[in-house]
Amino acid sequence: MTESVVWLTIFVLSVFVGVEVIAKVSPTLHTPLMSGANAIHGVILIGAILVTGTADSTGALVVGLVAVVLATLNMVGGFVVTDRMLEMFSGRRRPTARSEGEDSA
Amino acid sequence: MTPTWVQLAYLLAAVCFIIALKALSSPRTARRGNLIGAAGALIACVVVFWETDLDHIGAILSAIAGGAVAGAIGARKVKMTQMPQLVALFNGVGGGAAALVALLELNDLAPLGSSVEEFTLAATAFTIAVGAISFAGSLVTFAKLQELMTGRPVVFNGLPIAFGLSLLVVIAVSVLIVLDAALWLGIVVCVVGLALGALLVLPVGGADVPIVISLLNAFTGLSVAAGGYVLDNTLLLVGGTLVGASGTFLTKLMANAMGRSLPNILFGALKGGSTLGAGEVSDRPVKSTSADDVAILLGYAERVIIVPGYGLAVAQAQHSLRELVDLLGERGVQVDYAIHPVAGRMPGHMNVLLAEAQVPYEQLREMDTINGDFKHADVVLVVGANDVVNPAARSTPGAPIYGMPILNADQARQIVFMKRSMRPGFAGIENDLLFDPKTTLLFGDAKDSMGSLVNAVKTL
Repeated sequence: MTESVVWLTIFVLSVFVGVEVIAKVSPTLHTPLMSGANAIHGVILIGAILVTGTADSTGALVVGLVAVVLATLNMVGGFVVTDRMLEMFSGRRRPTARSEGEDSA
Repeated sequence: MTPTWVQLAYLLAAVCFIIALKALSSPRTARRGNLIGAAGALIACVVVFWETDLDHIGAILSAIAGGAVAGAIGARKVKMTQMPQLVALFNGVGGGAAALVALLELNDLAPLGSSVEEFTLAATAFTIAVGAISFAGSLVTFAKLQELMTGRPVVFNGLPIAFGLSLLVVIAVSVLIVLDAALWLGIVVCVVGLALGALLVLPVGGADVPIVISLLNAFTGLSVAAGGYVLDNTLLLVGGTLVGASGTFLTKLMANAMGRSLPNILFGALKGGSTLGAGEVSDRPVKSTSADDVAILLGYAERVIIVPGYGLAVAQAQHSLRELVDLLGERGVQVDYAIHPVAGRMPGHMNVLLAEAQVPYEQLREMDTINGDFKHADVVLVVGANDVVNPAARSTPGAPIYGMPILNADQARQIVFMKRSMRPGFAGIENDLLFDPKTTLLFGDAKDSMGSLVNAVKTL
């Protein structure tokens, strides 16, 4: 039973971290933040790989592979579209902002 | 038992996700944050192949390659105006994946009988149900935004009853799964969950859809978190919970920015708003005008405020608009863009669209800082926007947008609307400002009108 309590502890602490880290987001970034968070839950791909890799029937394998495709779409598409949105914001910061090498483009 | 070094690698990936979310909340670090998140995901994927003894590796890698290419191409090719529905779609497929993973796990757990912990089975049922709700709900939001179906709330007799019954069925069958697990019970939860997701989103009005995407995003996160418990995988638990919690909080922030409450967004239409049927074109008289007249109005004004909306971006008229603003600037007219927090289709969407047209950041003024300036403005030019200047938000209780903070365009000396037609805005309600004596309308495609306007200003 103690193991369940460990999981519960991780869950509760993650809830607080999740709220705390985004508490001060500016409204301009609501859309990219939503999209970035969306990409993060693409981590279900790990679960999809695990269940597909242990599939013992053709039916299970097919369903698993569908899950892998969907999860990859979520993860890769999510990160790429977020990057594309944020690309628009870079390079047009106020001149006083610290300049960084990565947004010279 | 998962080896310690793998657990540590998962911890590293989880830390990446936390740093990513933190960095995404500040403009200076956002892009780097997103890359850190992607790095965390990549670490996790490499580790899972490395440590686990998996079959079908070739097939899995091909599936990943296919999904990655399709996802990357979709994300690269999509027009910036259609980005909200793409986010909805990506969110939906994530939920779908979580539901399928849990179904497969249930298939493995069912033959083990009573040796499986009840809580594991409950988490499995939860993952299936919430994943399915998120999948179906996201597809409906996609259809609404893509205009495959009406953007107005869809309500039919018995919808609340159908919703309540579906919810009861999902809960009851989930209890059955905990008592005596079987795959077919999981499939029932999945199918009814799909119906529940669709019923949840159908009554939501078009203008509120972005908030619902954010909510469904949080749902998928929670579903993935529960899946992590089922699969004994800490990374899924932490990653899913982070998104579930931050997504719920972000949903609340967005709803606050629009002056709406979440229950009102989800269930407001079921109570029957007074203006829901007012989607037809009104036959009240309006004053229409020509590009030449508008050019004179703008060219000899001292202070002009532009209110850009989604229609501007759909017509791809941002570049002509910037040309117009440059011309007016050369003539000594002071011009600003007034950006409503939900201009476009999502919070912050308009900033992205105008940035794409290389409008200087300093000219973009947020609602709070510019709302006091409208009364000093000679002309307000509303391009392809409607709901964000609709005074019904202040004056008509029961209107779908009632309570949403709006731009005070009605306080300016003159108001010019550039519109394609008299069709109401995304919220589906009429705008009284169109019939105001101070208002004139320039009908036509925003790009064509903007082109003639630019030419007319050049010849002044």
